[in-house]
Amino acid sequence: MGNRAIAEIQFADYIYPAFDQIVNEAAKFRYRSGNQFNCGGLTIRAPYGAVGHGGHYHSQSPEAFFCHVPGIKVVIPRSPRQAKGLLLSCIRDPNPVVFFEPKWLYRLAVEEVPEHDYMLPLSEAEVIRQGSDITLVGWGAQLSVMEQACNEAEKDGISCELIDLKTLLPWDKETVEASVRKTGRVLISHEAPVTGGFGAEISASIVERCFLRLEAPVARVCGLDTPFPLVFEPFYMPTKNKILDAIKATVNY
Amino acid sequence: MANWLRISSRTVANHIKKRMNKEFMGGAVHVNQSSGLWWGLNRGGPVSDRNRRHMDPLAWNRATLLCVQRFKTTLAEKQHDSFLSSDSDDDNQSVDFPGGKVSYTSEMSFISESSQTRVPCYRVLEDDGDLISDCDFQQVSKEDAVKMYSNMVTLQIMDNIFYEAQRQGRISFYLTSAGEEAISIASAAALSEQDIILPQYREPGVLLWRGFTLQEFADQCFGNKADYGKGRQMPIHYGSKKHNFFTISSPIATQLPQAAGIAYSLKMDNKKACVVSYIGDGGTSEGDFHAGLNFAAVMEAPVIFFCRNNGWAISTNVSEQFRSDGIVVKGRAYGIRSIRVDGNDALAVYSAVSAAREMAINEQRPILIEALTYRVGHHSTSDDSTKYRQLDEIVYWKKARNPVNRFRNWVQNIGWWSEQQETQLRNSVRKQLLEAIQVAEKTEKPPLSELFTDVYDHPPSNLEEQEKHLRETVTRHPKDYPSDISV
Repeated sequence: MGNRAIAEIQFADYIYPAFDQIVNEAAKFRYRSGNQFNCGGLTIRAPYGAVGHGGHYHSQSPEAFFCHVPGIKVVIPRSPRQAKGLLLSCIRDPNPVVFFEPKWLYRLAVEEVPEHDYMLPLSEAEVIRQGSDITLVGWGAQLSVMEQACNEAEKDGISCELIDLKTLLPWDKETVEASVRKTGRVLISHEAPVTGGFGAEISASIVERCFLRLEAPVARVCGLDTPFPLVFEPFYMPTKNKILDAIKATVNY
Repeated sequence: MANWLRISSRTVANHIKKRMNKEFMGGAVHVNQSSGLWWGLNRGGPVSDRNRRHMDPLAWNRATLLCVQRFKTTLAEKQHDSFLSSDSDDDNQSVDFPGGKVSYTSEMSFISESSQTRVPCYRVLEDDGDLISDCDFQQVSKEDAVKMYSNMVTLQIMDNIFYEAQRQGRISFYLTSAGEEAISIASAAALSEQDIILPQYREPGVLLWRGFTLQEFADQCFGNKADYGKGRQMPIHYGSKKHNFFTISSPIATQLPQAAGIAYSLKMDNKKACVVSYIGDGGTSEGDFHAGLNFAAVMEAPVIFFCRNNGWAISTNVSEQFRSDGIVVKGRAYGIRSIRVDGNDALAVYSAVSAAREMAINEQRPILIEALTYRVGHHSTSDDSTKYRQLDEIVYWKKARNPVNRFRNWVQNIGWWSEQQETQLRNSVRKQLLEAIQVAEKTEKPPLSELFTDVYDHPPSNLEEQEKHLRETVTRHPKDYPSDISV
């Protein structure tokens, strides 16, 4: 109807009652009507991810469910400055967008955020650290964990390239592919459980496009295949050391 | 019998109504005002011995009618009457559609969005704890009354101490039942141990009544190895199979369709038990509320839907939650018998749940109870409610409308409780709680293996692999992991 709606789901863990409307309605509005109608004015934002004490229902990373739905976009910022620019782009994007905000960063992140209006492009991944031995791909709060792993790997002489995907659907295959062609190795890390996580899509795509360039299997360092546990959270999470171990294993393959 | 009822319920109901109009002072008014009262007198089919108490004008509901006299009005009656009046012309001007015969009228009129007055709430005690005169209610034994009161005090103290423990960083989260002690304790007291409880999350009083110990509460909050939930969930997500109390989950209203299903299972197995499921005012806006109630009604399942209308859904006031007269009026939309009760009146809650349970089991039907109350505490330790409501309001309810004080006055006035017992109880409970916390804090967490069990009945190969891999990681990087979880 020409207006915009920005809906907030208080925790991504509670988004599922809206799944029918997002998947069957919002995502298909334009397509099913032959472009007579569209649901582009809709942006849904939801805090997602681990917070240290959230347990089953205040820690989930449900991005993979939504990345499986043609017709919507899925965007995840890694920092305050990114959040503003990306959110403004999402709101103005003529497609329905689900915007997951890493709640871990709500209290933790400190950054200079410009006061003026600015937009950051969707479906463009960003190389946030240059490297030559291995490509790491991630999003949201996990990037800072991966960055720590990259710093430590550097001490062991491993040069890591780190990419923030930013938009998971539609994702920027070109940037990731270009990086893998340079390094020959790739590692993906996310909090969501490994089986069926978005890392699987990235892995399959890279193997399709870069098979002969790859020096090692695609590595995934992710959450376990269990509900997000409370007291066992430290064991469940893809930690810096799990990533570091996987970097070394991949490089030494 | 159920079939008989469906076909001629209107005729029977009207017969009763006309009979009542002659027998009660202002009777007609009260009949129409609240469907709960009306149905109380026509609770089943033909007058059998079993139903006679309910058909008897001198039974339970006469007192209820007298108690709510202050709410009477004639306007609502007229409106309601015209809506039903066409029944007498039944056979001449009716038309057939799927769903049955309806009479028709050529006068176009819309059913008003609300009645002139709100549905009155059933109460037995005055605000100061005095019994309302001439009131009828389900009598409570001294033993039960003392147990109810003691539990309410225990719940109050438990809430205070655990809340403090969270503030001190000893547990990660807590939420209180402050202001709603009468609801959970009194409703639990009216049930049998075989009745299945599907809580939302603000009803630990039910578990307390059933014998869950302070140690068991503390163990869950600390997520130690004695926690039945094996440390997997946040504090207050209690569950106890032996107490027929299903494990709490955070999402709102998801328990309601489950309650309908569990009640249906009891019905299939011919059990003399019911399900009681709790929900807040906010939860009634969820789709699952509609699904749960509708299913229960159609399946004629023995479930009591107990809505704690405490005025606030985190920061959303009821004025922004719905445009109906609360939740009680929604029952009729599903064909569910309903009642509104003063949730801060322990005796009223006890009586209403008692009666509801009998109906649910004997008649195999769902019942909706809306208990009006006030959420004195913040939504949880993650909330500061002074940000969205007046401190005066909170203090008023905490002091002047306190359900625990109200019930104490009643128990004390009839000589079943004393100041000395009060002091003894509070000191004893406080001591036990502090000890329970100390023990819980020192108790080991569950072992690492419990991270992988119970995802399924048996762990699939991917989990076995992940456990193996994780153990290797822990061996390599022990400093990354808490020392109170044995590997």
